[in-house]
Amino acid sequence: MMKRFNTFRRIVRTGMLNFVRNAWLAIAAIAVMTVTLTIILFSVVANATFNNTIQQINDKINISVYLSDSVTVKQRNDLMDELRRLPNVRKVDYVSKSDALERYRADNANRQSLLQAISEAGNPLPASISIDPVDPSRIQDIKAFLDQPDNKALQDPQAGTSYSGERKAAIDKITHATSVLQRIGVAAVLLFAVISVLIIFNTIQMAIFNRRDELTIMRLLGATTWYIRGPFVVESVMYGVIAAVVSVGFIYGVFVTASSALQATSLGLLDIAYSSQYFRDNFFMLLTAQLFVGIVIGALSSTVATRRYLKFRTSK
Amino acid sequence: MILLDRVTKVYNRKSTALDRISLHVEPKEFVIVVGQSGAGKTTLLRLLTREEKPTSGKIIIGGVDYDKLKDRDIPLLRRKIGVVFQDFKLLPNKTVFENVAFALEIVGMGNREIRHTVPRVLDIVNLKGKESNMPSELSGGERQRVAIARAIVRQPKILIADEPTGNLDPKHAWDVIRVLEKINRYGTTVLLTTHNQEIVNKLKRRVVTIEGGRVASDRANSEYTLS
Repeated sequence: MMKRFNTFRRIVRTGMLNFVRNAWLAIAAIAVMTVTLTIILFSVVANATFNNTIQQINDKINISVYLSDSVTVKQRNDLMDELRRLPNVRKVDYVSKSDALERYRADNANRQSLLQAISEAGNPLPASISIDPVDPSRIQDIKAFLDQPDNKALQDPQAGTSYSGERKAAIDKITHATSVLQRIGVAAVLLFAVISVLIIFNTIQMAIFNRRDELTIMRLLGATTWYIRGPFVVESVMYGVIAAVVSVGFIYGVFVTASSALQATSLGLLDIAYSSQYFRDNFFMLLTAQLFVGIVIGALSSTVATRRYLKFRTSK
Repeated sequence: MILLDRVTKVYNRKSTALDRISLHVEPKEFVIVVGQSGAGKTTLLRLLTREEKPTSGKIIIGGVDYDKLKDRDIPLLRRKIGVVFQDFKLLPNKTVFENVAFALEIVGMGNREIRHTVPRVLDIVNLKGKESNMPSELSGGERQRVAIARAIVRQPKILIADEPTGNLDPKHAWDVIRVLEKINRYGTTVLLTTHNQEIVNKLKRRVVTIEGGRVASDRANSEYTLS
C-alpha cells in the first residue's frame, strides 16, 4: 500500500517536472486543445440558447378558433372537451366576447378612433377558443379536427381560424438554422479533437525521443510499464486541465465583456443575454465537463503514444 | 541459481548466435564468461535479462522458469537481477546519489529508507563522499562503481556484469573487479563477461569460454584459454 503511494507520488511528481521542462513543447499541444475545448463549449452554450429561443417561441404559438354568436354554452363546452381529448392539445381556454373587447381596448388604448368605432358598433368581436398545442409543428391534426363539418358549423364564417402561420415559418427557419449550426459544430469539434489528439501524440513522442536513454535504463532496472508511462500521462493530462481552464475563461470573457458586440454580430440568431445567463448558471457544470473532456483527450492520446514505445517486446 | 539447457538463439537463417548452450551456475559462484567479440556473450546476457527470448531451450534463473514468464512479469524479474553494462548507462542529469536511488524509487521504496540505504551501498563500492557529484565529474572507474552500486542496491541474488571493464584503464578496471569480488563474498552470484586476459588470469575463477555460439571450455580456477 505504502509502496503504491510512493510510486504514485513519484509518477505525478515526475510528470509535473517533465511538464515544466517541456513547457515550450507543450504550448502547441495546449493551444490546439484550447481551441478544441473552446469550440465544444461554444457549441454547448449556443445549442442551449437556440433551444431556449425555440422553446420561447413555441410557447407563444396558439390557435384561435372564432365562434359564431349563435353557439350555445353546451355546444361550446362539448367542443372544448373534445379538443382537450386531442393528443396534441396542451391547454384550451375560452375567451368570451366581452373578454375579447377588453383585450382589444387594452391593445389599442391610445388609438381613440379605433376605440370609438368599436363602441359605436356595439361589440363586433367574436368569442373564441384559444388552443395551445403540445408540438407546434404538428398543428395539422388540430386543424383537421376543426375543419370537420360539425365543428366548422360552430365557427364564425367571417373570422376564419388563426394558426399563427407567420410565426410558424419563422420557427421552421430557426429550427433549420439550429440543426445546420449543430452539425457544423459537431464537425468542427470532431475535426479539432482529432487534430489535438495528433498534436499531443507528437508532443509526447518527442518527449519520449528526448528521454529514450532514460527510458531504456528504467526498463532495464525493472520499472513497470506504468511507472514509465505514468509521467507522460500526467504531463498530457496537465495540458488538458490548462486548456479547459483557459477555454472556460475565454468564453466567460467573451460573454461578460463583449456580449453587446456579440449580439450585434450574431444577426439576432443568438440570444446573447440568455447565453451569458446560461453560462453563469451552469458555470461549474461546464467547467467540470471541460476538465473531463480535456483530461480524457490528454490521457487517451498519451496512453496510445507511449504504447508503441513501452511495450515489452522480447524478440523471438 | 542459473540454469541453461541447450539454449539456441537464431537471429536469421544464416547466423546462429547461440548454439545449444548448456550452463549451470551454483549460488554464490563467481563465473567469468570469455570469448571474442561476436562469440555470443552479449546475446547470452540479453537472454538472461529477458531482453530477448531464446529460439529454443530452457532457461531457469533463481527458480523462475522463463518459459512460464509473462511479459508483464518481466519488470519483477529484472528487479531480482542486478545488471552492470560496459557503457555504465547512468542518467547524466542525476547525481550519484540520485542514480542509485532511482533503482529503489522504481520499486516504490519510501524516501526515508532510500536515504538510509544508498549511502551504505556507496560505501561498499568505495564512493563515500561522491554522493552529490554528477556522473560527468567522475572517472570511468568511479562511474562504473556507481553503476554497480545501482545494480546491487536492491540486493539481487545475481549480478550480471557485461564487460564492466571494457572502457577502463587497468587501474580502474581492478577497482571495479575488486568491488565485484567483495559483492560475491557477501553472497551474490556474479556472472562476469570480459576479454581482458590479465583479469581472467589473476582472478583464478571458473571460466566459461564461448566460441562461435558454443561452450568451447568450462574449467574451474582457469586461465584465459583463447585458441
